[in-house]
Amino acid sequence: MKSHFAKWFYLGACLLMATVAQAQLVIDVTLSGGRQIPVAIVPFAGEVDAPQNITPVIGADLTGTGLFKLSPLAGIAILPTEPSAINFADWSARAVEALVIGTIAPMPDGRFEVRFRLFDVGKQSQVSSFVYTVGATQLRATAHKIADEIYEKLLNEHGIFSTKVAYVLKRGPRYELQVADADGFNPQTVLSSLEPIGGPKWSPDGSKLVYVSYESRKSTVIVQDLATGQRKVVSNFPGDNYAPSWSPDGKRIALALSKDSIAQIYTVPSTGGEATRITESKAIDVSPAFTPDGQSIIFVSDRSGGPQLYRIPAAGGTPQRLTFEGSYNLSPRMSPDGKLVAYVTRDDKQRLRIATYELATGQFNILTDGPLDDSPSFAPNGRTILYEAKGGGRGVLGSVSVDGRVKQRLSSQAGDVREPAWGPYGSSR
Amino acid sequence: MKKILLVLGVVVVLAGCPSKGPVQDVKIDEKSQGGTTTPPTVTPPVTGTTGGSGVVGNKDESGAAALKTGVLKERSIYFDYDKDSVKSDFTALVQAHAKFLVEHKTRKVRLEGNADERGSREYNMALGQRRANAVKQALNVLGVANDRMETVSFGEDKPKATGHDEAAWAQNRRVDIVYDGE
Repeated sequence: MKSHFAKWFYLGACLLMATVAQAQLVIDVTLSGGRQIPVAIVPFAGEVDAPQNITPVIGADLTGTGLFKLSPLAGIAILPTEPSAINFADWSARAVEALVIGTIAPMPDGRFEVRFRLFDVGKQSQVSSFVYTVGATQLRATAHKIADEIYEKLLNEHGIFSTKVAYVLKRGPRYELQVADADGFNPQTVLSSLEPIGGPKWSPDGSKLVYVSYESRKSTVIVQDLATGQRKVVSNFPGDNYAPSWSPDGKRIALALSKDSIAQIYTVPSTGGEATRITESKAIDVSPAFTPDGQSIIFVSDRSGGPQLYRIPAAGGTPQRLTFEGSYNLSPRMSPDGKLVAYVTRDDKQRLRIATYELATGQFNILTDGPLDDSPSFAPNGRTILYEAKGGGRGVLGSVSVDGRVKQRLSSQAGDVREPAWGPYGSSR
Repeated sequence: MKKILLVLGVVVVLAGCPSKGPVQDVKIDEKSQGGTTTPPTVTPPVTGTTGGSGVVGNKDESGAAALKTGVLKERSIYFDYDKDSVKSDFTALVQAHAKFLVEHKTRKVRLEGNADERGSREYNMALGQRRANAVKQALNVLGVANDRMETVSFGEDKPKATGHDEAAWAQNRRVDIVYDGE
């Protein structure tokens, strides 16, 4: 354990420099059809003098969802920054439905006061307002908070702009486990290794990551506290230890172990300890994912010949096969509301594509074109699925809305990005 | 695990040292391995001046020299897409290693399973394991005790070929036989 700490500090020192130098994830958005709410975001008063522009970040957050479009500001005589300066008829005539205004003012102690107001143009009324007092480094996070507030007020559901994503970056021979803002900015390396790092997953409270490490030339499952950097080996049984996944209460980790035969599903306490075997088959049983109620585990098994999705009671029992369409279905992840399973399906042209399976009806819906997609992960509001798109020889991340309408690509100049995991709401700190 | 770390430590130290010595020794070794991801195997240098650790007597009880010749220097068994059965093309290779292991009771092997990049990482991990198990079973049938064989899977994470076509994938669906101390 001591050497782990030493390594951690050493890495921390190296990475401080690396993090500054490296490019963040770059996003490309593709849209197809659907209604978009027209929003006008007026540049905040004082924004040009602040160290971080806020309104472009808010705009990018909102338009990235495909659910909003930014109304052009050209031709507006007076751009309001205070409520008294708003001429609602002007905005109404331009079919603007929501108007965002605000100010950024430096304070004597070096911090900034950010004021924001959201108006319903049709009703000519203020819907929301906030004042944040933040340091210069928090201005970008404040923009995400404002975007969350606008999203929530206009769509009546939680925004995900303040959440984090974890992923593995392969940079040359080196593997880096990174955590970045949901828009790909501000990447922080939390682990760096010359051996592969795999399958990061967030604890339900967003404070820890579980992942697979090969630092000892053998797979072990490690839980790492993000605030302290403290690491704990929670599974190091003979053979392979991988595909970890948290229970909704954070107390157990489901994973695949090969200690007794080929990969089977087990659970271990999230602090380490005895493994409890869940599946009993002679086939490969892998990729467990708890349902949000904690009652079941969805997993992959090739007991029927090819890999298919199954469900089993979380304490063990008789598995029930879920997928029958297609010869190759794997990588299940649950939606936060427990209704959908995101998974990977292989089509008759051998393309691996992201799909959803509705547990109640058994209906499935293919969302991406492949050809080598893997590792789907739901946004905490269930609207978007983040996944790994490794076709084309370069590892990039893709995201697709559950209705298939909005697609994004997130790539990094620094290397191949893989195995994304979208953090819960609590991951925003 | 401690043991593995120690061995790795030795490899690092030895590999780091001979920079002023004959570099060719290491190169020759690497060539016989064929891979770029495998760390160079450390064997006792011909100069004979280095201290102790890997040096063996003239009788080659560990069979170190034998492992570098003939079919025994072939260490990779290749598989078909999505398959884990050992093909007849590799019967001679498996038989040779089984014979060697039966004759050299002190030697142990690690069987490293691999998969190509198609499919999910996690399923490929298990597929690599199943391939390693298939080779283990084939060796066991030929008289090698199971406790002398360790299996491990790298899934799709340690490709021998980095391309994205069938030629590369065929190279990556394999099990490597790695002897203790290598």
